[in-house]
Amino acid sequence: MKITRKDFLRLSGLGLLALAGRKAVRALSGWSFAQTSASAAKPIRWGMAFDLGKCRHKDGCNRCIQACHSTHNVPQFADRAHEIKWIWKEPFQNVFPAAQTDYTRDFYGSLPVLLACNHCDDPPCQDVCPVDATWRRDDGVVTIDFHRCIGCRYCMAACPYGSRSFNWQDPRPAIATVNPDFPTRTKGVVEKCNFCEERLAKGQGPACAESCEEKAIVFGDLEQPDSELRQLLRSRFAVQRKPELGTGPSVYYIV
Amino acid sequence: MSDRPLIVAGLTLFVGLVSTPIWHGALNREAAMAALHIKLPAREKQCVAPASYMRTSHMQLLEHWRNEAVRDGQRQFVAFNGKTYDKDPTRTCLTECHTDRKEFCERCHNYAGVSDPNCWNCHNDSHVASEGNS
Amino acid sequence: MLMFKNTLTRSRRYWLWIASLLFVILAGSLCYVLQLIHGLVVTGLSRDVSWGLYIAQFTFFVGIAASAVMVVLPYYLHDYQQFGRLTLLGELLAVTAVTMCILFIFVDLGQPSRIFNIVLHPQPQSVMFWDMIALGGYLLMNAVIAAVTLIAQRQHVPVPGWIKPVIILSIPWAISIHTVTAFLYSGLPGRSYWLTAILAPRFLASAFASGPALLILLCLALRKLTGFDAGREAIQKLAVIVTYALAINIFLILAEVFTAFYSEIPAHEEHFEYLFIGLNGDYRLVPWMWLSVLLSWVALALLLVPRWRANIPRLAVACAAIFISIWLDKGLGLIVGGMVPSPLGAVTRYVPTLPESTIVLGIWAVGALMITVFYKITLSIWKEN
Repeated sequence: MKITRKDFLRLSGLGLLALAGRKAVRALSGWSFAQTSASAAKPIRWGMAFDLGKCRHKDGCNRCIQACHSTHNVPQFADRAHEIKWIWKEPFQNVFPAAQTDYTRDFYGSLPVLLACNHCDDPPCQDVCPVDATWRRDDGVVTIDFHRCIGCRYCMAACPYGSRSFNWQDPRPAIATVNPDFPTRTKGVVEKCNFCEERLAKGQGPACAESCEEKAIVFGDLEQPDSELRQLLRSRFAVQRKPELGTGPSVYYIV
Repeated sequence: MSDRPLIVAGLTLFVGLVSTPIWHGALNREAAMAALHIKLPAREKQCVAPASYMRTSHMQLLEHWRNEAVRDGQRQFVAFNGKTYDKDPTRTCLTECHTDRKEFCERCHNYAGVSDPNCWNCHNDSHVASEGNS
Repeated sequence: MLMFKNTLTRSRRYWLWIASLLFVILAGSLCYVLQLIHGLVVTGLSRDVSWGLYIAQFTFFVGIAASAVMVVLPYYLHDYQQFGRLTLLGELLAVTAVTMCILFIFVDLGQPSRIFNIVLHPQPQSVMFWDMIALGGYLLMNAVIAAVTLIAQRQHVPVPGWIKPVIILSIPWAISIHTVTAFLYSGLPGRSYWLTAILAPRFLASAFASGPALLILLCLALRKLTGFDAGREAIQKLAVIVTYALAINIFLILAEVFTAFYSEIPAHEEHFEYLFIGLNGDYRLVPWMWLSVLLSWVALALLLVPRWRANIPRLAVACAAIFISIWLDKGLGLIVGGMVPSPLGAVTRYVPTLPESTIVLGIWAVGALMITVFYKITLSIWKEN
């Protein structure tokens, strides 16, 4: 078995120290691993922006949610407790609790806002996973190995965005029509938005972005200065969810 | 040592239960030794690895495929004879050759006394069945 | 094998007790089979409250396990001879508690058949990896120490010298198991209730109150049932330890409450509001949390006065109050309170279901069975001597 430097760091127990050290160094100097490796090979960092104004054009439109959930065989459970969600809507005041005031709440508070996995630059779910079943890929997608997951739900406790769902029961009976090209999941594993990595592999964009007629969902490479996404982030004011936690979300909200 | 009979009886029972597979196999020797005729694929003559290797080690190969495809994004497998295959058992193995998993995978697993593979708890093979019939 | 003979001494009451424990274990196992078949949907857990009774029990019993150090340390480091026999009882309690912890983690897993992935793919950046090392090591150490001590006592020989370093190592190791368990929670960015540096000290303080309180209760029960007397001085010394630990625990909780409510940061206040006042119309945990507060204050009052503490029935009441109080705080409020409200502000009701509670009771019964058998063996050996 070949042991790379990364493996060694992890296995030698210095991993924890190294991780803490890396975070400290990052905090002090703004230096990041992604940036240093940038010179070696041009990296991709997939990202997304939700244009909230455009998203509100059509009342009650759920096309992106339907597109995602049918593409990925996401089951529909009536019981809220056992819901599986990859992309969904919540009232503005729950998504951005710090961005509302007593006087703006009337207008903004209850407006629906899209949510999904933030595909963090430094995902807490990856750090806590005891079996390496979830990790940030080199292209920025935070992914899950459903074969590896033991169902301890530590990642659900660690995710500060509530992006992860657990299969409390067999999801199959709750899937209306199964898309044969994507696996369903089994009971006892965690799942979430995968940025349509299976479509990215084929050169396609995410199903949600593709399905949106209003073009309210913009997907692209955050490392590419002239990408549509970066141009949008340059020209409009955009925020991330809970940026103060240092997780570095790749999902932006144009308010 | 008034408890000796109790202890010995308990131990005997335990050993008997634990060794169930061994004496069960010994008692049903004929059934166990009967040859298992598995229908070979009609279209293809060569598997992704020699048949002898597949017979003993298909699980390692499949696990290897799984890890490389899911975790490293490496989806192409170059076989011993230079041919390239997709590391996708549903497409490569089931669609092309072993069109009926019940007759192939599960029958042999039953024969060998191994629990059925649980791939299809998640992976869908309904399209294989329909393509296989057409 | 020979030691086991000691447990087989006949007594009607004893066998009735064992039979009822086995019955509860059987009921728990059946409910676990139900959970295996249908998934964790049979529990009261949900997308928002994704950890509940199982993980809370795990946390509580790590504390009980760690508290053995409160008898081991005075005996081995300060040569406090009165704790000679209690030390062995404490170590056996630790073995039992860690076993229960492992079972609680196991029943919480969604894919228990994959549990060995933790060993096959170790992840040192995950605190759970370190918790596994800490708990596994602690179980092994205490099992070896207890077994070696028992065998030596049985054969009337002094304990072998090599066990001393193991015992010394077990002291900081005990601190580490509960520290690492606290780090499981206190390092998570989005959970304000747990994101506090005094979580580990709080865990230790509550452990050193609840564990020795349980040990006192067990000793009092042993005296009543078997006539074994741990010694008045030893019990009183333990009571003093419990008093200090309880006082420190109450102080730390108050420090948390001050920080949350004086700073008035909503994310920090909300969890305390949910537990002690009620949030969005959910008051389910409020009476239980106040009961926990009340019990700990009553216990502190009973223990602070030396004359009251010396009174055995009063001491027993105080110890029971502490055990229940800390069980409510740690075995119920800590986990649910950290999960509600959710990162999206949802207040989701969590009520353990019947199968879930039966599984928990089954694991408690495993613990009770282990401690019964362990103490029975120990007492038989002591009686023979």
